[in-house]
Amino acid sequence: MIIPLLKGLAFTLGRFFSRPITIQYPEEKVPPAKRWRGIQYFEKDEQGKTKCVACGLCMAVCPSQCIHIVTAEDENGKRYPLTYELDAMRCIFCGYCEEACPVNAIFMGKTYEWVGRERAPFLMNTEELLEQKKYNP
Amino acid sequence: MQVLYLLIETIVKCVVVFACLMLSVAYLTWLERKVLGHIQIRFGPNRCGPFGLLQPFSDGIKAFFKEDLVPGNSDKAIFVISPMIAIIAAISMFAVIPFGDQFTIPGTDWVVKLRIADIDIGLLYVFGIASLGEFGIVLGGWSSGNKYGLTGSLRAAAQMISYEVALGLSIVGVIILSQSLRLSEIVALQAGGFWHWNILYQPAAFVFFIICALAEINRTPFDMPESESELACGFNIEYSSMKFALFFMAEYAHMITVASVAVTLFLGGWQAPLPQLDFIPGVFWFAVKVFVLIFFFIWQRGTFPRLRYDQIMKFGWKVLFELTLVNIFITALIVLLKG
Repeated sequence: MIIPLLKGLAFTLGRFFSRPITIQYPEEKVPPAKRWRGIQYFEKDEQGKTKCVACGLCMAVCPSQCIHIVTAEDENGKRYPLTYELDAMRCIFCGYCEEACPVNAIFMGKTYEWVGRERAPFLMNTEELLEQKKYNP
Repeated sequence: MQVLYLLIETIVKCVVVFACLMLSVAYLTWLERKVLGHIQIRFGPNRCGPFGLLQPFSDGIKAFFKEDLVPGNSDKAIFVISPMIAIIAAISMFAVIPFGDQFTIPGTDWVVKLRIADIDIGLLYVFGIASLGEFGIVLGGWSSGNKYGLTGSLRAAAQMISYEVALGLSIVGVIILSQSLRLSEIVALQAGGFWHWNILYQPAAFVFFIICALAEINRTPFDMPESESELACGFNIEYSSMKFALFFMAEYAHMITVASVAVTLFLGGWQAPLPQLDFIPGVFWFAVKVFVLIFFFIWQRGTFPRLRYDQIMKFGWKVLFELTLVNIFITALIVLLKG
């Protein structure tokens, strides 16, 4: 009856002297998984603009309907998104937009830390999506 | 003049002991969280200051600014008074503990004895006040008008009765050996190395005392009055703010005092473990021994699960009570045969 109690004490003493396995979050971070779907970003073309051709497939496939595109055409007859709105508040990070995109313009990023006091910054436009690229090398 | 000096000496000693005790209580909460954390392979508090050393103060400030609630159906006078009973009992127990030898103030012939009150029934006083501390818990749970509080205080009362008996009996062996209830005499008899300590003559009594002391200070495996999982904190469920903090401080002060009593009775008090080490002041040895016992209290909390209520009662009455009686009988027999 006494031996198991002493065994338990020895075990916890061993644990006491072992190294804690805690990852101290703000200083250390767990790297996201390989197929992690975080905040989206736009891939840039040679001129540093978006590759997006405003086909509207992501808008159509988005299950939470958080993408809104107004299409326009430049002088060469190439289509581009006049406005591209991604409401990150509504986004469920399913990754369908990345799958649907025929020109590999939009990708799911790795970032997962995003807090704000207002709703407005969560409504991302083309520039902000291009901006997100720098967090996803 | 002599009386005035004595008064000043006593007041200074009271203030110093009180301050040290409160500081140790504050850092005991830190130590407990730290040790439990490391036992569970995590860090424990480490955000407030270096190694989380400012955590007790942050906790204290938080407790101070919380809303002080008194439930409508509670017995208000007793509800307010019971945390005070708990903390006063826990602190005043320390008055008779000899925590060091005496020293002479340089330049005078005034001898300062390092204990606040050296009364000749010190042990009796300790156990009387210890039982008084339990009243704080019993009344606190009872008066808050809450079913969990009431259950907790009922359990506290039952546990108090069943363990106080064994606690009192476990130290009778020591009293037989030292022929005295005065704590300073008990310590003086254990002078001259660890082979004179009572733990070697009364090893079983020491174990019983530690077990009963754990029950007495309501610590895991015997934290029946509190039992978070089934009583949702038991007796202190309705307490908030500084009233809760007082209960909390009382619990830890009680822990320090019980450890000090165990050190005084069984581990030679402030005496050095080897005669060669006598040049180090006794206060240091006292603190080290108390720390070791307190570490054990925390360590076993991180190890053992809480016992069931009926198991505790059964263990107290059917095992501990008899064993302590047998211990007294054997001790008395040996002392009698040795003449």
